[in-house]
Amino acid sequence: MSKKAAKKGFTAGLGQLTIPLVAIAILVIFNLIRDPSFFSIEIKHNIDGNSVLAGNLITVINGASELAILAMGMTLVTAACGGQDISVGAAAAIAGSVFVKVLKSGASINAGTVILAFLLACIVAMIFGAFNGTLVAVFNIQPMIATLILYTCGRSIAYWINGGATPTVDSGIVKAIGGFIPGVPIPTPVIIVVVMAIIFKLLFHFTSLELLTQSVGINGSAARLNGINPTFIKLLSFIILGVCVSVAGCIGVGRLGLINHETLLLDVEMDTILAVAIGGNNLGGGKFKILGSIIGAYVIQTLTITLYAMNVSSTDVKAYKAIVIILLVVIGSPVVKKKFEKFMAGRASKKAASEAKGA
Amino acid sequence: MKKTNAVRREPFTDAQLLMTITIAIFIGMYLLAMIFLGGGFMHPQQVIDMLNDNVSLIVVACGLTIVMIGGGIDISVGAVTSLVVMSCVLYLNGGGNIFVAILLALGIGLAFGAVHVFLISYLEIQPFIVTLAGMFFARGMTTILSVNPQKVNHEGFANLRDAKIEIDWLGYTANNGNLIPARIELGVVVAIAIVILVFILLKFTRLGRGFYAIGGNQQSALMLGINVKRTRFMSYLICGLLSGISGFLFMMHTGAGNATNAAGMEMNAIASSIIGGTLLTGGVGNVIGTFFGTMTLTTIKKIVVSSGLNQPWWQSITTGGMLCFFILLQSVVLSRRAKKKKKT
Amino acid sequence: MQEESLLQMRHIMKRFPGVLALNNVDFTLRKGEIHALMGENGAGKSTLIKILTGVYQMDGGEIKVEGENVTIRSPQDAQKGGISTVYQEITLCPNLTVAENMFIGRDEKLWVRNKEREKKADEILTSLGIPARARQQLGDCSLAVQQMVAIARAVDMKCKVLILDEPTSSLDDKEVNMLFDLMRDLKSKGVGIIFVTHFLEQVYAVCDRITVLRNGELVGEYLVEDLPQVQLVAKMIGKELDELSSMGEGVEKKTVNNEVFYEAKGLSSSDALSFDFSIRKGEVNGFTGLLGSGRSESVRAIFGADKVNSGEVKVNGQQVKITKPIDAMKHGIGYLAEDRKRDGIIADLSVRENIILALQVLNGVFKPISRSEQEAFADEYIKALNIKTASRETPIGSLSGGNQQKVILARWLLTHPDYLILDEPTRGIDVGTKLEIQKLVLKLAEEGVSVTFISSEVEEMLRTCSRLIVMRDRHIVGELKGADLNQAQVMKTIAGGESGHE
Repeated sequence: MSKKAAKKGFTAGLGQLTIPLVAIAILVIFNLIRDPSFFSIEIKHNIDGNSVLAGNLITVINGASELAILAMGMTLVTAACGGQDISVGAAAAIAGSVFVKVLKSGASINAGTVILAFLLACIVAMIFGAFNGTLVAVFNIQPMIATLILYTCGRSIAYWINGGATPTVDSGIVKAIGGFIPGVPIPTPVIIVVVMAIIFKLLFHFTSLELLTQSVGINGSAARLNGINPTFIKLLSFIILGVCVSVAGCIGVGRLGLINHETLLLDVEMDTILAVAIGGNNLGGGKFKILGSIIGAYVIQTLTITLYAMNVSSTDVKAYKAIVIILLVVIGSPVVKKKFEKFMAGRASKKAASEAKGA
Repeated sequence: MKKTNAVRREPFTDAQLLMTITIAIFIGMYLLAMIFLGGGFMHPQQVIDMLNDNVSLIVVACGLTIVMIGGGIDISVGAVTSLVVMSCVLYLNGGGNIFVAILLALGIGLAFGAVHVFLISYLEIQPFIVTLAGMFFARGMTTILSVNPQKVNHEGFANLRDAKIEIDWLGYTANNGNLIPARIELGVVVAIAIVILVFILLKFTRLGRGFYAIGGNQQSALMLGINVKRTRFMSYLICGLLSGISGFLFMMHTGAGNATNAAGMEMNAIASSIIGGTLLTGGVGNVIGTFFGTMTLTTIKKIVVSSGLNQPWWQSITTGGMLCFFILLQSVVLSRRAKKKKKT
Repeated sequence: MQEESLLQMRHIMKRFPGVLALNNVDFTLRKGEIHALMGENGAGKSTLIKILTGVYQMDGGEIKVEGENVTIRSPQDAQKGGISTVYQEITLCPNLTVAENMFIGRDEKLWVRNKEREKKADEILTSLGIPARARQQLGDCSLAVQQMVAIARAVDMKCKVLILDEPTSSLDDKEVNMLFDLMRDLKSKGVGIIFVTHFLEQVYAVCDRITVLRNGELVGEYLVEDLPQVQLVAKMIGKELDELSSMGEGVEKKTVNNEVFYEAKGLSSSDALSFDFSIRKGEVNGFTGLLGSGRSESVRAIFGADKVNSGEVKVNGQQVKITKPIDAMKHGIGYLAEDRKRDGIIADLSVRENIILALQVLNGVFKPISRSEQEAFADEYIKALNIKTASRETPIGSLSGGNQQKVILARWLLTHPDYLILDEPTRGIDVGTKLEIQKLVLKLAEEGVSVTFISSEVEEMLRTCSRLIVMRDRHIVGELKGADLNQAQVMKTIAGGESGHE
């Protein structure tokens, strides 16, 4: 009995990940049939003479990095506050601007200044996160509304910081953040994603944050009466998202070697929320799985790259993406699931009945 | 005791209170602008221009207010507007009929509304995700139709676009002594008619009160015998319809279609609703408030420009600040009321 | 039989995944009768009601209203068929006005006439003596008034069948009597009333007939005069009642220790007026008073659940500051909240996570309890408190009310508190679990734990507490112990007047 229950619990745990995993599998199979060489990986030499990995698969994994990092933080905010932060793109632009501003203000760019610039960008992003978090946690404003403020003016603040320009940074170190570290064939953003994922894993392993966040998200009032400080947990989730935002922003700067307040991580907030949803997390808060959101991010990126590979222009991609997203959420919707279960149960009982008749 | 009860005015409801604050702030702000900035603000044409430029935002915000009162959200409105503009422009340039174009606009809007609400209501998918996909789809379709800006070349349409109501006594005398009458575009009339219609719908019809009920407490509404699914269906359908109208009005105002039309309009519409006192949690809101919300937003932008803050970033930074102010105000007012309730 | 049958339910079947909620249940309601539907939690009362009101669809059986077969697919169908329901939880819209709440969803007209509605609503409210105004926002009214508005709505719908699902749990005695008058009035007009309640006395005060369900099956239908209270309880829980009757005398309530554990002077919070209070180690005391008398607010102040404004607090003789729940927990105080759904359970989390929650919080963020430890704790308490759950990983939300309450109790017991505050731990749960909880309280006291016990049922408090603090209008108006601890004295003190303790 207990074994059966445990097994059930296991499949239920996997259940949340079923849809994103199946989606990714279908996309991969589709691509393999369409173009068997789609996922071939080769070692190439880039301009700097490094031997690096290349291929569509690498493009997908590399390209989804910012999205995956943001999705991790967004999952936490979603779980704790029952809403989403729509200002991540704007906040990332601010973080990127601060990063560039600090780099440019020094005489030369070396490892030390890059770390300093990153830390400052991080702090600024955390402050903006805390601002959003205060509105949500202290003033009880729905997250989407609270973050609408920064969404409206964040990119303008970044423009202001940049002094009305789109400054470029010419530095090997910065390029390495968005590209490759000399001697390492794996793209740096991918390494950063892995590091971030490990940090989250450790965070949940060595603290009880997961339980506390879920409790606050499911029933804040009860959580408070059990000694949890919901305000702090919500605030913390936004501050952690702030860290993710600054990392994503710096990667974005590293990729182009410049900061453009308008285009840096454009429309990423919508993709991030989608990643969280595709990962099977309830956008109303409560139980969550960070892994689901990460897989969700890769689903979105695979889809985008697949469409590009099929010669869909970058502006038209959105329409096709929308159709696939709707398909995914329709399959995952509770109603369709129930209907499907009923259908299966009906078949099973029919089968049983016919077997009984046969006997 | 009973007698005094009958005469006594009831205290403001949440919606009334928030709306009153917005209207007061709008009027106050505009008066201050007249006193300190003078210039354009002294002319009625300024207000009329604010209306002329924002007809489609007003219409879209009305639709969004309905959806938000019903406890939902629709972030596809801007994209649908844009798609409608592009479709109608291409249709008219292909030699189409204006009335068919209007039907096309309404049809596209209704279709989006219907598909959205089917997914939301009958498949129980979160409205944010559904309408986000709707937004992607509409934006994508717009660029598929045409990446390049398209100008309308259609005779009948040109008449419609240039038709303006001229009111002499609201006009002003220009430097050269000519009287320049106030010019109101046809779209404004349509938009104001829609605001009034939606106001009546929300206040005096069974359907309108149903929106409030399902937004206040869906479970309760069901128990009270309201057909929650049908009511929600109508809210998104009306919102879709208004997006269609908005698209047509947008085209009437600009006379051209562009893939980046109405960019960010959904967020402006949400902001207008919020400033007007609509709560995203549902059940509280008023379309008159929304109208003043749009006007407040526009006034801020005008004030920023007039005060000489010419750098491109100031407009959105002040808008953000203003939004922050209104959001905090709502939160404080409502929590105070909640506290007062507890004490009595 | 003389009475006309108004409503007949025959062979009703309802299956939920893994459970047969109703098995072949019959129920008959006659014109002009008040019919109590009784049973423990999980007996199938609410399922039966929900089938009747169209919230659930039955899997088998038939329903006849006035002899005609009806199918009820939605609440609207039920309303059209003349079946109205007033639920325990308020099922109105707080953002609408009182008048709207009374009329929305029932008129078929496209246009709404607000003025007319308000006038009519005011008339009805006045005629029923409900202290609300038609244009008031419903959310501004007290819970009791909201409940009465719901009843007013049902009454005005000229319903043939009125279902009252635990309507009295948030009303005080005066309001209950008002409700009873209303019910009798309706009865004389030929309305059939189905009354669901946990208060046995109320059944005998107002009902004509009783139908008892147990484990989804019909036990029987009885006239009230044929079924004394003791037998009713026996039928509901299906076992002999020696336990119940012996409980009052059999247990010795003595203060084990004379040391004061907790002492507060001039404690007040945003919701509670200043009061003094102390409790000894191993003592069980109670706060009693009518709803709204401030009993819950006072214990919440002790726990720091509301904003504490002033007061000197000593724990074990040491002066301490308790302003937040976590402060209280650190000083060994636990608090089981009044509203289990709102303030107790974390619905989507498993039984295991719900059990270890308070201990985890107490341990701090940086000392997570390992999975194996968690499982051990959960198993231990599931066994010790006899919690009925499919597994320790079952979400707590899918458990029955009584079992949810046990999980919350387990959560606090796991923190090994020195002082446990139980606010209405037995509300809305079945008789069997009630007894288990009462026994547990006494056992804890024997082990030296101080307990504050609050219950709406005075009898229950008399059985467990050695000292009763009586509150009225947010003030402590008396303290009863020893020989004064009897129902009559408690009632007197609550009511004021003749009380000599003022």
